[in-house]
Amino acid sequence: MLEVRDITMRFGGLVAVGGASFSVPKGAIVGLIGPNGAGKTTLFAVIAGFLTPTAGSVRFEGDDITAMPTHRRAARGIARTFQIVQPFAGLDVRENIAVGAYLRHASASEAHRRAEAVAQRVGLGADLDKPAASLTVAGRKRLELARALATEPKLLLLDEVLAGLNPSEIRDIVPVIRAIRDEGVTILMIEHVMQAVMNLCEHVHVLAQGKLIAQGDPPSVCADPAVVEAYLGRGAAERLRLEASHA
Amino acid sequence: MTRHTALWIALLLAAIAVAPLLTASNAALNFIVFVLIIALAAQGWNLLGGVAGQSSFGHAAFFGTGAYVSALLQLRFGVNAWAGLAAGIAMGALVGWVIGFLSFRAGLRGSYFALVTLAFAEVLRILANAMGFTGGAAGLLLKLDLGFANLQFSSRAQFLWLALGFVALGLIISLRIAATRFGAQLVAVRENEDAAKALGVDVLSVKLRAIAISGAMTAAAGVLYLQYFLYIDAQIAYGVWISVEALLAAMVGGRGLVLGPIIGAFTLHGLGEATKAFAGRVPGIDLMVYGGVLVLVVAFAPGGVLGLLAKLRPKSRRSGETA
Ligand SMILES: Nc1ncnc2c1ncn2[C@@H]1O[C@H](COP(=O)(O)OP(=O)(O)OP(=O)(O)O)[C@@H](O)[C@H]1O
Ligand SMILES: [Mg+2]
Repeated sequence: MLEVRDITMRFGGLVAVGGASFSVPKGAIVGLIGPNGAGKTTLFAVIAGFLTPTAGSVRFEGDDITAMPTHRRAARGIARTFQIVQPFAGLDVRENIAVGAYLRHASASEAHRRAEAVAQRVGLGADLDKPAASLTVAGRKRLELARALATEPKLLLLDEVLAGLNPSEIRDIVPVIRAIRDEGVTILMIEHVMQAVMNLCEHVHVLAQGKLIAQGDPPSVCADPAVVEAYLGRGAAERLRLEASHA
Repeated sequence: MTRHTALWIALLLAAIAVAPLLTASNAALNFIVFVLIIALAAQGWNLLGGVAGQSSFGHAAFFGTGAYVSALLQLRFGVNAWAGLAAGIAMGALVGWVIGFLSFRAGLRGSYFALVTLAFAEVLRILANAMGFTGGAAGLLLKLDLGFANLQFSSRAQFLWLALGFVALGLIISLRIAATRFGAQLVAVRENEDAAKALGVDVLSVKLRAIAISGAMTAAAGVLYLQYFLYIDAQIAYGVWISVEALLAAMVGGRGLVLGPIIGAFTLHGLGEATKAFAGRVPGIDLMVYGGVLVLVVAFAPGGVLGLLAKLRPKSRRSGETA
């Protein structure tokens, strides 16, 4: 469904993403993990059309969309959430989600009806009339998810929707994400909460310093020495192995 | 919109409509007609600057284009005044679209956009002032030829109703837009362009439609001004004064709210008249009042007069209020 080929994204002298290639098959939940500053969000911005890559191409359902404007990608079925939440602060929750619903439904009553249904789903049903600015962190993350979902996407890009949530809030939202996938939406998610990655993802790609360094199912990726070193520093895997054998 | 809001709008329009039946004072009727023309210009500003969040400092470009296009068609080509009105409105939309295309496509926002609109209006003012075709510095004087067919009325009351009709139409258009997808997209663009894009909003196209409609509304105000005073020059039609009036009325009344421009126009000019009455004919005293009011609004009542009123109302009645 999604194919990222040799994407390089340079900001001046900084190479945020350097030649990343991977694909996401239809119907999958794929994870994108990696340490802070690895280039994950940048890669999402390239896929969603917010950034034009320095080199490489993005293909969606077989078509090259590298030069397609963001709003047309949304119309094609790519929706993203923002790691740094971007609510329409002056609007209430219903109006926020309705902007997403309007993509496929021109009538106001239909868009509002859809917005309410989506709000119910992600657990914002009680907050429909609240100003978006009054939501808690967890509420704002849900709102990001709701708005993206309201566009009825084929591919959903989730950028750390679980960050900042407490364990019980995470326990609430994980089944929602799984249910979205079960309805046929393909999901690519950036996530630091490993428990959720283990729980949700069938396949994980690991990005470190702009390069994809490992991939596979979550347990084997976590055991990969290259991944451990990327997170904990050079030599860390070796130290851990030694500590484990001493214990 | 709640029924409550609809009722207030109907009451306000009715109160203005009966004014000519209550007073025969030319000064009073002149005042109301002038304020209605400002209100209409401000309704145009409000759609772009208030609802879509693209503050312009050059709505004179549209006001002047409406006035000049209509005047030139009548004087130079013998076109009927109503056709001149239609053409003036259409050209206002076109000029809006062109200014929007040049500035929005270049990604101009905030004060950069405001400055560019000011520059466009100033260029048009200088051109209108310099060219012989547009009457140069002497301006353009319409022939007095009273009659409905010529959009000239012997009675101030009739013109007042005509202007009120335009303001009511502006209200209806603003209310309609607020209730549609386009209206939601305008607000989304104002609140957060990136989020809007991610949700499939074609930001450039939404802004272009907004500035075209905005230009058309303010151009209509320019044509009404021409038909009422039967005279324009570059300083009147394209002057910075009308850009300021349009912006101030919308801000003072309540930015982005449908009734904002009308409430703001009456508040500002009401205060202006009151000051003149108290302070006598001190030159520029009304301008000082405007400046003072603007400072007060920006500092203490960013929601304008309507925002203040909403704050005073009990909380229970406020929920569900959107218009
Ligand atoms: N617009 C930009 N201009 C310049 N540098 C940028 C820009 N966006 C990101 N960067 C840099 O690119 C690198 C990758 O950033 P990115 O946000 O993609 O990382 P990330 O993997 O999402 O990290 P995190 O886990 O902290 O969210 C960082 O060094 C960042 O400072
Ligand atoms: Mg990130």
